[in-house]
Amino acid sequence: MREWADFSWQDGDGDSGRGAIALHGPMLVSSVGPLDERLRAIDRPISTIDLSDAGQIDTVGAWIVWRLAEQHGAEITGAGDQATRLLEVVQGAQSSADIRPQQLGMPMRALEDFGRFMVGLGHGTLRVIAFLGAIVLSFGGMIRHPRRIRGRAIVRQMELVGVASLPIVGLMSFLIGIVIAQQGAAQLSQFGAESLSVNLVGRLTLRELGVLMTAIMVAGRSGSAFAAQLGTMKLTEEIDAMRTIGVAPMEALIIPRILASVLMMPLLGFYASVIAILGGAVISDVTLGVPAVSFLLRIREVVPVYDLYIGLIKAPVFGLIIGLAGCYQGMQVEGNAEEVGLRTTQAVVQAIFMVIVLDAFFAVFFSNLGWN
Amino acid sequence: MGSDPGNIVPPADAEELGTERYDGKYPIVIDGLQNAFGDNVIHQDLALKVRRGEILGVVGGSGTGKSVLMRSIIGLQRPTGGTIEVFGRDITAAGPDEVIGVRNHWGVLFQGGALFSTLTVAENVEVPLKQFYPELSAELMHEIARYKVVLTGLPGEAASKYPSELSGGMKKRAGLARALALDPELLFLDEPTAGLDPIGAANFDKLIRDLTDTLGLTVFLITHDLDSLYAICDRVAVLADKQVIAVGTIPELLESDHPWIQEYFNGPRSRAARDSRDRAAELTVAEGDAAREQSAPAAALHGKITGA
Repeated sequence: MREWADFSWQDGDGDSGRGAIALHGPMLVSSVGPLDERLRAIDRPISTIDLSDAGQIDTVGAWIVWRLAEQHGAEITGAGDQATRLLEVVQGAQSSADIRPQQLGMPMRALEDFGRFMVGLGHGTLRVIAFLGAIVLSFGGMIRHPRRIRGRAIVRQMELVGVASLPIVGLMSFLIGIVIAQQGAAQLSQFGAESLSVNLVGRLTLRELGVLMTAIMVAGRSGSAFAAQLGTMKLTEEIDAMRTIGVAPMEALIIPRILASVLMMPLLGFYASVIAILGGAVISDVTLGVPAVSFLLRIREVVPVYDLYIGLIKAPVFGLIIGLAGCYQGMQVEGNAEEVGLRTTQAVVQAIFMVIVLDAFFAVFFSNLGWN
Repeated sequence: MGSDPGNIVPPADAEELGTERYDGKYPIVIDGLQNAFGDNVIHQDLALKVRRGEILGVVGGSGTGKSVLMRSIIGLQRPTGGTIEVFGRDITAAGPDEVIGVRNHWGVLFQGGALFSTLTVAENVEVPLKQFYPELSAELMHEIARYKVVLTGLPGEAASKYPSELSGGMKKRAGLARALALDPELLFLDEPTAGLDPIGAANFDKLIRDLTDTLGLTVFLITHDLDSLYAICDRVAVLADKQVIAVGTIPELLESDHPWIQEYFNGPRSRAARDSRDRAAELTVAEGDAAREQSAPAAALHGKITGA
C-alpha cells in the first residue's frame, strides 16, 4: 500500500491565532496528492511549517512546502540538507506563466478565425494560380527543349499510376458491373423489362461510372501518394537539394506525375468500363438466363459510340485534377510531419470533390450537345 | 479532499523496488546482454553496471549500438539474450505491469526532444504526471509544470508555446523538463548536445551537471560530444567489438591500449576538448570567488529556512 503524506495542526498561542503545521510521511510526487488539496483548503494563518518529522522529499514536495510558506508568510523549520537544497531549487524556479496560449473571448475568436480563413482563402487562390502558371511555363519550356523531358521519370510514374493499379481497378469495376446488372434487373423486372439492364450496364459504365470510379480510385491511390512523397521530400530538404544542383523540381517531379495521371486515366477508365461490362455479362449469364455472348452483342446495339467519347474526354481532365491536387498539396508542406498527413488528406478530398463537380458540369454539357 | 486515496492503484515506491536485489548502489546492472537484428549481431555478452549518483557517458563509433543499448534498458527493444536489472528488477523478463512499476522512476530525453506536437510545453510536462498520479489536482499539476520548465533553464513564457515554435536548444530543454516531470532517480539522455551550438551545448552540459547534483540523479548519457565527456561525466563506458570494452574515468581510459580508445581520446579534437576543460576550471574558480561576495539574496533565504 502506498504511504500518503499527512499533516497535523497545532493552534498557536497569543492573539495572533497563527497555527503551526507539522508534516509527516514522504513528501514525494507519489504521495502528496491528497495532502496538497487539504493544505490548499486551510484558511487560517500559519506561522511555522515543521519538516522534522517528514520523510523523503522531492521537488514536488518541496514546491508544496515552499508555496504554503510563501502564501502564509510562514517559517520553515526542521528542513534537512536535501529539503533545504530542493527548497532553494524550487524557489529559484517559480513562475506564473500561462500553461496555454491566451485566447480571445468567444465572439472575437470567431471573428478572428473567420478573418484568418478568408485571408487563407485569398492566399490559397493566389498560390494555386501561381502553381498553375509555373506548370504551364515549365511545360512550354519542355516543348521548346525536348531534351529536358524526363522520359524515364514519366514512364516510371505511368507504371505506378496505371499498371500497378490494374488489379484493384479491375476488381472494383467487375463488382460494380455485377451490382448494376443485378440491381437493374431486379427493378426493371417489375415492368417486365429485364432485358433493358443491358442498356443500363453498357451506357452507365462507359459514360459515367467507369471513369468516375476510376478517378476516385486513382485519387485515393496515386493522388495521396503524390502529396505524401513530395511533402516528405520537402521536409527532408530533398527538393531544396535538387534546386541547388540545378534540377528543377517542376520538371523532375511534378510534370512527370501530372503527365502520368493525365495519360493513364483514359486508359484506366476504358479498361474499367470494359471489365464492368464483363461483370454484368457474367452475372446475367448466371442469374438472369441471358447468355454472356448475347449480352455483349446487345451492348453493341444499344450503346451509342458517343458514350465512349464522353468517357474518354472526361478521363484526362479528371487525371489532370488528381495530379494537380496531389502535387500542389505536397509542395505546400512546411514544418512538421503532421502537415504531411493533413495535406495528403486534403489532396484526396479536393481531387474527389472537384472530379464530382466537374462530372456534373460535363453531364449537363454533353446532354445539351445532343449526346444523350 | 477530492479523491479517496484508497481507490488508487499505488505505483511501486522506491523502498518497494529495493526489496529484491537492488542494493542501492547500482540502479542498472546489465549482464550477458545480447542483441541481434537477424544475422547482424549488435551486442554479444555485454556487461555494464551504472553507479548511483554518477553521470555515465556512453561512447562508441557509429553503429556500435549505443542507442540500441539504451532502448534495451528502457524496454523499447527486447534483447535476444542476457539480463538487464533496473532497480533490481529484470526488465527483459518483466511483464508490462512490472515495467510500469519501474517506469515512473526514470525519465528519458530522446534525441530530437520527441515532444508531443499537439500539446504546449507545459502540457507535455503534465502528461507523465496525469498518467502516473491522476490524484494530483489540476492546479498542482500546472504549478509543477511551470517550475519544471523554469528549472530546465527555459523562460517561464515558454510553458505556453507549442514545440514547433521552439528552437532546437529549447526543444531539448523542454524534453528534459518532461523527462524530469516525475522527479525520477534515473535519467536517460540520447545525445542531448547534438545539433546545439558550442555555447548552448556548454550551457546544457552545466544544466545536467547542476540538476544531477541538486536532485541526486543518476544519468545514462549517450554522447559524441567530447566536451560533454570531459566537462560533466564521472565515468565513461566505451562500446566497441559488440561489448563494453572499458569503463572508467577518462585518465583511467587513457591508460588502456585499445586502439579505438587511444584514437578517440588522443585525437586532435579530444585534446582540444581537454584544454578547454582545463581553462574552464580555472575560470570557474575565479567566478566562484566573485559570486560568493554577491550572494546576499541566497543568504537571506538561508535565514528563512532554519536547519534541523
